[in-house]
Amino acid sequence: MRDLNFMLAGVGGQGIILAGDILAEVGLRAGADVKKSEVHGMAQRGGGVTSQVRWGQRVYSPLAEPGRIDILIGFEVLEAVRNAHYLRQGGLAVVNRYRLAPPAVTAGEAAYPDEGDVEREFAARGADLRWMCPPSGRERLAVGVQLLGLVSALDPLREAFPPEAWLDALDRLIPPAHRELNRQAFQRGRAAGADVVPAREEG
Amino acid sequence: MVNPMDRILLSGNEAVALGAFEAGVKVGAGYPGTPSTEILESLASYPGVYCEWSSNEKVALDVAIGAAYAGRRALAVMKHVGLNVAADSLFYAAYTGLGGGGLTIIVADDPGMHSSQNEQDTRHYARFAQVPMVEPSDSAEARDLVAQAFAISEQFDVPVLVRMSTRVSHSRAVVKVRGPAVAPGKRRPALADPLPVSDPHSRSAGDALTALTANPGKYVMVPGNARGRHPVVRERLADLGRWAESCGLNRVEPGGRALGVVTSGIAYQYARQVLPEASFLKLGMVWPLPAGLLRRFAAQVDRLLVVEELDPFLEENLRLLGLTTEGKRWFPAIGELSPAAVRRGAVQAGVLGEEPPEPVPLPSLPARPPVLCPGCGHRPIFYALRRLGAVVFGDIGCYTLGAMPPLSALHTCGCMGSGLGNLHGVAKAMEGSDGNGKAAAVTRGRPAAVIGDSTFYHAGLPALANLVYNGGGGLVIVADNSTTAMTGHQDHPGTGRTLAGEAAPRLDPAEAARGLGVKRVATVDPFAVDEFLAVARAFLTAGEPAVIVARHPCVLQSRSRRPPVRVLAERCNGCGLCLRLGCPPLSPDGDGVLLDSDLCTGCGLCVAICPRQALIAVTDGEGDSLHA
Ligand code: SF4
Ligand code: SF4
Repeated sequence: MRDLNFMLAGVGGQGIILAGDILAEVGLRAGADVKKSEVHGMAQRGGGVTSQVRWGQRVYSPLAEPGRIDILIGFEVLEAVRNAHYLRQGGLAVVNRYRLAPPAVTAGEAAYPDEGDVEREFAARGADLRWMCPPSGRERLAVGVQLLGLVSALDPLREAFPPEAWLDALDRLIPPAHRELNRQAFQRGRAAGADVVPAREEG
Repeated sequence: MVNPMDRILLSGNEAVALGAFEAGVKVGAGYPGTPSTEILESLASYPGVYCEWSSNEKVALDVAIGAAYAGRRALAVMKHVGLNVAADSLFYAAYTGLGGGGLTIIVADDPGMHSSQNEQDTRHYARFAQVPMVEPSDSAEARDLVAQAFAISEQFDVPVLVRMSTRVSHSRAVVKVRGPAVAPGKRRPALADPLPVSDPHSRSAGDALTALTANPGKYVMVPGNARGRHPVVRERLADLGRWAESCGLNRVEPGGRALGVVTSGIAYQYARQVLPEASFLKLGMVWPLPAGLLRRFAAQVDRLLVVEELDPFLEENLRLLGLTTEGKRWFPAIGELSPAAVRRGAVQAGVLGEEPPEPVPLPSLPARPPVLCPGCGHRPIFYALRRLGAVVFGDIGCYTLGAMPPLSALHTCGCMGSGLGNLHGVAKAMEGSDGNGKAAAVTRGRPAAVIGDSTFYHAGLPALANLVYNGGGGLVIVADNSTTAMTGHQDHPGTGRTLAGEAAPRLDPAEAARGLGVKRVATVDPFAVDEFLAVARAFLTAGEPAVIVARHPCVLQSRSRRPPVRVLAERCNGCGLCLRLGCPPLSPDGDGVLLDSDLCTGCGLCVAICPRQALIAVTDGEGDSLHA
């Protein structure tokens, strides 16, 4: 399997650790060496949170360097653009179109970046940016899995990893009470991803 | 396809627990602290191991030392600053040894201060206390080194430190399953049999204790006996140094001759990634150092670099051996190391060619610091303290976030329990001056302390006893959310539950305060905003020790929710009072406010303080008895 570096970025409480665990599990089951870094503690109280997952022949560091992430999974717009510099040229960014104002914005002291700026920032780094329509209500609890569903339908994962590979990992890591919600979220994300695939034939 | 999983992903912390279990550990004790917390949580889930949250790290270490005295294998677990609390016990255990039992002390450093008040380098404690230290660089090593640590402890009659760090503790990496494969739906292997344990364990605890009572010169550290032990400590360290030369924990990974790198822990992983051509001496045991091995390695390479996280510990000790080496000249001594930082240093040192410029983040994006959760019971405490104008001496926990704007109502945070002592000192310093000049009812500028419930049992009790004994004054607020919230909701003496989830006596901070002689004690739900303000005002100006137990369960743990508050735009005049609560759902919107109803827990604080009744609690629907 080729080496792949993922980064997940969002806000504490959005389920970033679990989504990263699923990604790591999928890589492990495919035979890769896997390392995953995550953040616990204070940042989980609504601060910016990131996690990285690395698949490869032999992975030393659980952290990749800026400019070397292949796929950035953004749970929130500001946190996605904050970490855009981790993406390599030509990397893929899948971003939940959800905006959560940080305190400085709430206090009127700073502006939330507007969508045009965000798109320009990713374009400037040669990245392929895909927006995901944000879930609402209870479905928000599974936003990470929905994002994985979308990523799973895109290159470079689409061919190598059928839905079952993802659903197996999901079943393994998610307690039965929440499994159905997450399975549905995965399928929703995957369906959304399938729609956009024909527009993009390279890879 | 069912894939028998012989490889699993474990965090460094889970791997420590697995290693300890496999090594036959009998007792585990610790106090929660990021990044170490999950070690005991994980260990507690294995059969046959007794685990507890002790009230603080010193108590935990004493418990573990006791279990080792009884001839068993024991684990003490803490974060870096926890070892400051437990240091006294480390030093006596270094003198007494364990008499055949095994004692491993896991200490997790937090370089970069992801969730800590400082970034101290625990390796100094190994040298300071003259005990050995091992340092894993990933999960598989963590598991193996913990088992090794027990063996070293028993062989050399010494407590062994294991240095973890945030990035090792909280990274998942592949660990091979020994024994049965992982069952479907399970995250880790069915419990493998513990490894056969070494000799001392065939002794009964009774035999171990008989040996202990027969040897006061070793275990009773009065000066006359301790003088006899210090030479033993020194000789033991020298023995360990000789053992380190060939113990197999330190390995040479040959590469090119041009560059040799001495490294350990997570820094090894970064350096291996960035410098694939170099030769490596990877130290699994960072104290004492294998002098001969280091000298031989240095002689085999043209240039010797030390890549290590935080202080120049290895670097300075290499210099003491007379070796020429460079380290902190190129690699930062402050903050968390990273592959990018190692690459930068390597380029500057000239051992890597120039790279294209490192991508940098967009400047001027608004930061996203952590905040108190919507509905958090700490928010009304700080709302009241700010209104009263108190000067607030804080402590370590979620409530430290009361310092963040716009609340800005907590003014110091030093270490566990420090706020109460600070409060007492401030009150004494003010005696006869500003304090007395004030009208009795003036609250502005008066000192108060805020301490969490878990922190109260950790380090607050001695400080409160001191305050009463020495005739202090001032208001102490115990922010009692019935959990250790910041580290992920661990139990403590006030929760009525043990680490194993069993019912336990539930200590009440109010009773504890009364027992220590505090006359003014009240328990108030801080969401009863007017009552809380009135009590806080009276206590703040009482001139004697006064304790409010501000009790409200942590909303992130209880998941209590009422229907979200509704904004009546026509009543709102945009005064912005509610926005000064710093509650995430509320944001300014032109002349009014906007409320994100997905985030709002309906706690009612903003409703209570809005002077124009523009925020309305919604009472219908399925809200629970949050304020019953
Ligand atoms: S976790 Fe609990 S105590 Fe901590 S900020 Fe959230 S509600 Fe408050
Ligand atoms: S009711 Fe008001 S203070 Fe409470 S969570 Fe909702 S917005 Fe925040």
